[in-house]
Amino acid sequence: MSIRATANRLPGPATVPAPMSRAAAGFWASGVPFIWLTGGTLAICLIMIGGLLAHILMRGLGSFWPAEVAELRLKNGSVLLGEIWDRETIPGSAEEGGEDKTRLQLRVGNRDLYGVDFRWIDDSDIESITRPVDAATVERREWGNFYGRPVELRQGDEPVASGSDATWNALRVRLPEARALHARIRTIERDEIGRINFRIEKARLGLRGLELRSSASPDKRAELEREVVGGQQRYEELAHELERLYGEMRGERIVLAEAGGRTKELAVAEIVRAFRANELGFVGRVRVYGSRVWEFVSGEPRESNTEGGIFPAIFGTFLMVVLMSLAVVPFGVLAAIYLREYAVQGALVRAVRIAVNNLAGVPSIVFGVFGLGFFVYFLGGTIDQLFYPERLPTPTFGTGGILWASLTLALLTVPVVIVATEEALAAIPREVREGSLALGATQWETIRRVLLPASLPGILTGAILAMARGAGEVAPLMITGVVKLAPTLPLDGEWPFLHLERKFMHLGFHIYDVGFQSPNVEAAKPMVYTTTLLLLAVVLIVNVFAITVRNRLRRRHRQSGV
Amino acid sequence: MEPAVAQRNILMKTNRTANGRAEGAGEAMTSAALVPEPLIDIQSLNLWYGTKPALEDISLQIPKNRVTAFIGPSGCGKSTLLRCLNRMNDLIDSVRIQGTILIGGENVYAPGTDVVALRKRVGMVFQRSNPFPKTLYENVAYGLRVAGVRRKGVLDEAVERSLQAAALWDEVKDRLQESALSLSGGQQQRLCIARAIAVEPEIILMDEPCSALDPVATAKIESLIHELEQAYTIVIVTHNMQQAARVSDLTAFLYLGRLIEVGPTDKIFTTPDKRETEDYITGRFG
Repeated sequence: MSIRATANRLPGPATVPAPMSRAAAGFWASGVPFIWLTGGTLAICLIMIGGLLAHILMRGLGSFWPAEVAELRLKNGSVLLGEIWDRETIPGSAEEGGEDKTRLQLRVGNRDLYGVDFRWIDDSDIESITRPVDAATVERREWGNFYGRPVELRQGDEPVASGSDATWNALRVRLPEARALHARIRTIERDEIGRINFRIEKARLGLRGLELRSSASPDKRAELEREVVGGQQRYEELAHELERLYGEMRGERIVLAEAGGRTKELAVAEIVRAFRANELGFVGRVRVYGSRVWEFVSGEPRESNTEGGIFPAIFGTFLMVVLMSLAVVPFGVLAAIYLREYAVQGALVRAVRIAVNNLAGVPSIVFGVFGLGFFVYFLGGTIDQLFYPERLPTPTFGTGGILWASLTLALLTVPVVIVATEEALAAIPREVREGSLALGATQWETIRRVLLPASLPGILTGAILAMARGAGEVAPLMITGVVKLAPTLPLDGEWPFLHLERKFMHLGFHIYDVGFQSPNVEAAKPMVYTTTLLLLAVVLIVNVFAITVRNRLRRRHRQSGV
Repeated sequence: MEPAVAQRNILMKTNRTANGRAEGAGEAMTSAALVPEPLIDIQSLNLWYGTKPALEDISLQIPKNRVTAFIGPSGCGKSTLLRCLNRMNDLIDSVRIQGTILIGGENVYAPGTDVVALRKRVGMVFQRSNPFPKTLYENVAYGLRVAGVRRKGVLDEAVERSLQAAALWDEVKDRLQESALSLSGGQQQRLCIARAIAVEPEIILMDEPCSALDPVATAKIESLIHELEQAYTIVIVTHNMQQAARVSDLTAFLYLGRLIEVGPTDKIFTTPDKRETEDYITGRFG
């Protein structure tokens, strides 16, 4: 619209009766092609970004939707059950004769029985496709989905229900209880035993520390020893309890039959979720969808990260960005203040400024290597020798961890903050500085009371850019503390609550790991999309928060129209 | 325009101004003629920007509780001279200064001078209004806060007194917590005057305070200057000769870094001693 409006105001060829060559020259000189060029470039950028987002949104959000289960009867007599995943033209098929042939990709699941999750089937081999009502999708904690029909539910050796429908109804009744049982086992295994192990380890290290310092303090020693023994006793009790619960869990079993008739027996507590996809109405599907999304954002990963949730990765990313901001903002702001306000503006300062700007162009992996060498090995190693000698040779800070990863990223993003702060300071008129100094303020008072508040929106812009950059960075993290699977979060209930030395999970690395390092790439594809979506969401949330804060500050210092 | 006619125009304005405040002008003439005890005494001041001389051998005495105007064409050094009085030129790295400026008998360029204390005695209002991006209240209270005043009662009292002295109180008393940047240009400049007054300086320096303002706002500032004269010594730089004639008791004409002539305003604008002064005020150059 604006393009046409601008063009109309210009003297176009139509209004100027002139020879063709001059009319053409006028067309170029009028600037209309340039408007189209610039507008077109912007449009292409927007289309590419919009397309990427739409693709991620569609694939990411769509993958949780419970798909229908199809039963395929093939011409050779075999029967397959699964979700139709994709359909494509067979490459080169047209050359052999006449028409294109197509094939479809079927997610057959049952990895433990078939070995693969997906199969390609030529359309020409298919006799019929039906959608049987009693076909069940069973999501398991191990081996992925099972597509088939329930056969029998057993309590111990006694069958409780048999036949497809009866077993299904019995399963639906039993499932919540079995899931609760599993949750209890997980709690004991991870939280309670974990806590006891942590305390025993701490007491053991205390004893080792006493030995190292050759400190003869019998009271302290006895206390620590008591703690170790007490912890071990409690551990025994829990192990006993676990054994009982496992027995209970194994007692209740279900037999499932795949399309071809082979059966699989598993404990009911091994089932995460089960539903008859073809029978579900819209509400039922939404409920399955909601439960899958919730598991995704709040749960822990299963099956080497290709299933389950990614909560530890969300949490790790978020905490790392927060720690990085805490390090990078003060550091960058102080450096920028010196450069702009105190340093004598000359060749040296110009050189430093150029160097800082160029730092932003150094490949991030170089920062990672530096972080590994300086933070992890040098700083971390020194800290270990000074403060954690009892744990050696096991490193505490001398190995990658969330602190070192955050500091490495802070180093990577500090040029962004410096440049933004310097620009904000430079935008403050000289008269404002002089006005403050003329009132008897020192330079430091001027900075603290006038310049910093006035440049806060600019500083926050820098912080936003730094956070966005830091949240999306992967390469330097891989060698400074990110792991595929971290057993514990860096923040928990054990003193000192924030464990800066722990390794952590990160959404960016998760995408790389699941998408390219997992043994079952095809099955992990939805996970890649959804994780990408979530990473974008985290960056968006952090940015929206920071931008809101910045705009409130701006409104407070709004410029008048004078 | 014939020089004679131009001169008569100036004369009329000067007379009108003089009539309006005849007594003050008369006093100014006598005190300026004698300057028995000047508050500011500039003695053979030289200043260079790098190697380029900007002020050459300036000697000038400025009386207490009077308005002294520095006039001259652009680049003549009048702002530079003004900024020497509160050592604002220290902020420019390349500046070199030689000579003495006594304020109340103390040399401000003596080694060991407390610049911060000096600037509290010598307030300044700038060419472009420069309120801080803070509330009106915080702008006026700024100097006191920097000086360490924390008591709310003292600050409240000082803010009200300063805004009243700057003839701004009635316009802004209900919006003290709004941003100073929401004021109009003239109001901002009066706010800056209030801010300077708040720390109770002896001297207020004004560097072309009306150059960015419309005539109405300018008139307000000028009448404010007349009132402030009772309590403060004011030194004003202006390139507007009518303004110098309207507001000042004493006028110093600078040209190319030299002080050409100084004297009672009436005399400078009617019967200047020097040829350059006459040429400038009659509009032959500048």
